[in-house]
Amino acid sequence: MKRMITIACLLAGAVLLAGCPKKATTVQPPTAGSQVGDSSSTSPSGGASTSGGDLGGDNSRGEVGDATGPLARKVIYFDFDKSEIKPEYTDIVKLSAQTLTGRPALKMKLEGNTDERGTREYNIGLGERRAQAVRRALMLQGVGETQITTVSFGAERPAAEGDDEAAWSKNRRVELVYLP
Amino acid sequence: MNRPHVLLAMIGLLVLCPRSWAELVVEVTKGQEDAIPIAIVPFNSPTEAAASFDVSQLVSDDLARSGRFKSMARTDMIEQPHMGASIAFDDWRRLNNDYIVVGQVQLLGPDRYNIVFELYNVLNRQRLLGYQISANKAGLRLASHQVADMVFQKILGVRGAFATRVAYVSVLGHLPNKSYQLLVADADGMNPRVVMQSNEPLMSPSWSPDGQSLAYVSFEGKLPTVYVQELKSGERRRVSARAGVNQAPAWSPDGKKLALTLSTRDGNLDIYTLDLASQALTRITDDPGIDTEPQWSNDGRSLYFTSDRAGGPQIYRVGIQPGDKPRRLTFQNSYNARPRLSPDESQLAFVTQEEGAYRIAIMDLRGRGDVQVLTRGHFDVSPSYAPNGAEIIYASRDRGRGVLALVSSDGRVQERLVSSEGEVQEPAWSPF
Repeated sequence: MKRMITIACLLAGAVLLAGCPKKATTVQPPTAGSQVGDSSSTSPSGGASTSGGDLGGDNSRGEVGDATGPLARKVIYFDFDKSEIKPEYTDIVKLSAQTLTGRPALKMKLEGNTDERGTREYNIGLGERRAQAVRRALMLQGVGETQITTVSFGAERPAAEGDDEAAWSKNRRVELVYLP
Repeated sequence: MNRPHVLLAMIGLLVLCPRSWAELVVEVTKGQEDAIPIAIVPFNSPTEAAASFDVSQLVSDDLARSGRFKSMARTDMIEQPHMGASIAFDDWRRLNNDYIVVGQVQLLGPDRYNIVFELYNVLNRQRLLGYQISANKAGLRLASHQVADMVFQKILGVRGAFATRVAYVSVLGHLPNKSYQLLVADADGMNPRVVMQSNEPLMSPSWSPDGQSLAYVSFEGKLPTVYVQELKSGERRRVSARAGVNQAPAWSPDGKKLALTLSTRDGNLDIYTLDLASQALTRITDDPGIDTEPQWSNDGRSLYFTSDRAGGPQIYRVGIQPGDKPRRLTFQNSYNARPRLSPDESQLAFVTQEEGAYRIAIMDLRGRGDVQVLTRGHFDVSPSYAPNGAEIIYASRDRGRGVLALVSSDGRVQERLVSSEGEVQEPAWSPF
């Protein structure tokens, strides 16, 4: 059963890849995009719901395979105690918005995170604030409200370990994850 | 890849694991200079009882660990009386003891023991306590903590908290394969038991006032969910899995409600109360800033909480009746968060930032609101009062590792609890 879902995901991923432009900068024609989006979302998302919503970003990454693919997980990093999106990340927002508006059935989860400093529950609030900043930016570029969900892990899921700025700067982030 | 997560979560849910896990070891890092000298003479025990458990050693360790007492080493004892009548007081006085505890463990029947002990004031030879506690073999540890509690209370006038427990979160492994455990151990760090384990974060354990259940946040479904779990049976109930944030549960003093943090669709965190029987939800705060980390007052009529409505996080208090306006309590330093009220409501412990470090501070609630910073670490968070108010347990870091630490609420005694494996964080001291 599990294997069948995986195969279905892989197949859907292959369809998606085949239908996608090789260069991420190319704007997808809305009609073609939505068709591909529809076919990709029906089978795998059905599988995901039966297995408990546990098919997170790892799966979409595995599905798309290479890190430069349009559906790969992307990360926006933040300054200490800030939730403003820095200029170097506006491209990530723009491209993600194009992908999402081109495929209205596609869904994205925004995972907000903080570094370890401060209290755990207040950090949950800060992580949520960062995820919401990215959500607003995507919606300003036309992404439908129902396409985006947010979750905050606060300081609980660091990307790097260590009690220094090198680790902290990698942990203050929002991960943009396409849902299968 | 994903199935083991679900399985592990389910196993954790079903089993209150009886196996022994990594124990916490206590180191006293700063003792009290005027600690009271006391001699806990080894108890006379039948071989069977002595082999199973050293009652007097545990009493001695408990008292020494509190920092308020200096327990005499057994090797320095020149005689070992087991009852008051055979104490040579002058000898114990010459050895500079203020108090002495003598006793014996009697075998009453199969798996039935009786601990008989007496506490004397060495200076005036007065008998302060004479008591017996019966227990089976498995109960000897708890009974020993109770002996220490009684000695502590008789001499200091403060109820001992040795026979209580601490819940905490342990993080094992390294990225990307971390696993999380919610544990409950005895207050001395011994006897840890797993309440829940998951490959996703567990956080914010909160004790029910009767000490029977824990509320906590689990991300096992990749989204935050608040659960209430009964410790003995392991039975648990999902109490909040609303869209968005479900965080920071805090049990009301009557045990009927949880205060918790929820979010609106646009991610605004506010504090609510949830009636556990009716599921009725009441919004308490309504502000565009982050409102979180609620804690009840003893009368259940108001909540202390963290809010960054004025810019940085500060501590506020609000009545739970509709329309009450939050009042700000902290003004010193730009970061003050996660308030915890002392059991007698004379103090508020919280996390403050000074010199770029996060430390545990207390505010005097009866006088002029003076603030005293109690700790010297860089990442000291999650303070939680012992039910007698004498100590605060908190999470700290030691050489890049999460440890638990204790500080007496006057700052004079400091201790550290180090786990033999993994990292430990978010301690929550049980009620009596």
